[in-house]
Amino acid sequence: MPLSAQPASSAEPYVLAASLDNARHLSSLLRAVHFQDHATCFATANGLRVTVEDAKCIQANAFIQAEIFQEYTVQEESVTFRINLSVLLDCLTIFGTSSLPGTSTALRMCYRGYGYPLMLLLEEGGVVTVCKINTQEPDELLDFDFCSTKVVNKIILQSEGLREAFAELDMTSEVLQITMSPDKPYFRLSTFGNAGSAHLDYPRDSDLMEAFHCNQTQTNRYKISLLKPSTKALALSCKVSIRTDAQGFLSLQYMIRNEDGQICFVEYYCCPDEDITEAEL
Amino acid sequence: MKCIVTGGNVKVLGRAVHSLSRIGDELYLEPTESGLSLRAVNSSRSAFASFLFAPLFFQLYEPGGRQPDRELVRCKVLMKSFLGVFRSLPSLEKTVGKCLILLKPRANRLVVQLHCKYGVTKTHNLAFQECELLQAVFDTQRCASTLCAPARLLAEAVVHFPQTLAEVTLGAGPGGKISLRNYVEDEAVPSKTMVTELRLADDEFQTVAVTPGSRITFCLKEFRGLLTFAEASNLPLTIHYDTPGKPVVFTLEDTVLEVHLVLATLLDPESDLQPPTANGVSHVPTPSDDFADDLESYMIAMETSAYEDGPSGVPPSPTFPLRTPRPAESDPEEEEEEGAVPGTPPHKKFRSLFFGSVLTPGGPGPAPTQEVLAEDSDGEN
Repeated sequence: MPLSAQPASSAEPYVLAASLDNARHLSSLLRAVHFQDHATCFATANGLRVTVEDAKCIQANAFIQAEIFQEYTVQEESVTFRINLSVLLDCLTIFGTSSLPGTSTALRMCYRGYGYPLMLLLEEGGVVTVCKINTQEPDELLDFDFCSTKVVNKIILQSEGLREAFAELDMTSEVLQITMSPDKPYFRLSTFGNAGSAHLDYPRDSDLMEAFHCNQTQTNRYKISLLKPSTKALALSCKVSIRTDAQGFLSLQYMIRNEDGQICFVEYYCCPDEDITEAEL
Repeated sequence: MKCIVTGGNVKVLGRAVHSLSRIGDELYLEPTESGLSLRAVNSSRSAFASFLFAPLFFQLYEPGGRQPDRELVRCKVLMKSFLGVFRSLPSLEKTVGKCLILLKPRANRLVVQLHCKYGVTKTHNLAFQECELLQAVFDTQRCASTLCAPARLLAEAVVHFPQTLAEVTLGAGPGGKISLRNYVEDEAVPSKTMVTELRLADDEFQTVAVTPGSRITFCLKEFRGLLTFAEASNLPLTIHYDTPGKPVVFTLEDTVLEVHLVLATLLDPESDLQPPTANGVSHVPTPSDDFADDLESYMIAMETSAYEDGPSGVPPSPTFPLRTPRPAESDPEEEEEEGAVPGTPPHKKFRSLFFGSVLTPGGPGPAPTQEVLAEDSDGEN
């Protein structure tokens, strides 16, 4: 549906309108979930949630609360659309990714509703760019049904402690095995690659450990290729909460502090790797 | 074998592994009474490096494990996997306090454990293969020329060569001036070739005992790897070389560390550098039919001695047939495993470092095996 002439007549033609004086606050969070081309955006009065999924096994959500924006209005109860995330990121960083100190790209983002493109107005140093990105039919999203009451084990770590571990993961290993236990080894990451196995142990009394609530010993395997994209969020974050439920579903919540000291969250859910051979036998 | 490395020595070990990774795809670990030796050889056998860490380097060093009668196990691991343990040198320095290396022959695992900041422990269980002794035969005493310089001098000199440059020529001018220039192949079109030459004043060196007019050409990649290590360790580098075609030996020595890098050199120097009268008469080794007695010093022979050197009078390991004189040829045994042609064959005129299968000391004399050493005929004519 083409966008007609500028609707100057109607006062509030947009179901979603938001402005942000530094577009990087948005682009950096979106980059943390950018492992697939397409994302589903879900806006409510509380803020914007951008969801990316892969292989029906992993879901990443970036939460941008309404407070992050200088102006944020949603006319309907919720607004949902799907968008090409790569294109959205390209537009948000159209003035370059590394802005000089003191300069920032201001953003105004508007969406008229179903069938309309997402319109971005970006301004830096008096130069304005208008981008219109076609929106798509929203996908049906996975419901991991991961609620905090069903959490069996939970660990909060300073991200610093995981960053190197994830950077050095043996990618010849198909899986990353996570062990959480009230007893030794407490928290262990293991890989099983061509060259042998590697284990990374974090004691519960480590200074990296902000919280340690493990009720039972759990060992689960996750496809390393699915978890690898979360490294992007890990790199930005200051703390990470690692939780598992009784079925072994994994939730990784990354707390990200932006340049202005505001706090946002990026969350990854991942299915455990089922032992297929055992199931088939 | 069990050893523990602590503090700054972990980084030294890591740097050694990085340096060795420039040479070969496999890392040979040999625990001996005189220390732990880490070695590598490239696929074409034209470069060999060994790092011997003395027992004092370690906080704890038990070459034979707990059972004193137990034979020392030599092993090799994939370079890539061992390098993975020490991949990030800055973080190694910042976070690792202690490194434990444990060879478990029964479990068939080489365990490398890093104890890091915040109580984090990284345990790598690497698969290994038991292997034969890897030893290049060379004698620095018999080299005609010796140079010793701070590593920084040479590192700052090679920095001027492009990363893509394969070989460099080290020469001693008539006035004792030491020069380094990029090696230009004969076929290169002179009008399209850039020659970079650096002259180093002899007072920059700690020792200059060179044959005037001598020059050798060797591969730069492995040399750069050693220089990085030497520069970081702040050790002087000694270069022993002889005539072209004979290996050049780079050594670094410390109280707890001994490093050797042996590189093949190009057989014939550039023809235009030879005075016409000296053609064929000078020190250029002209391989002839009568192999000289000092053949062994003429080439770097590599011994691969059998691992099980039991005194059971085992017949000598089969002598290898005369090798096809291509330097890219690798050890027949190796070839079966590797199958593929080595990734970076050296320049065609390089002599490879020949391997012989030599019995360990104690067995019959190694002399008969010398006939397996074949001549590289490619560079002749």
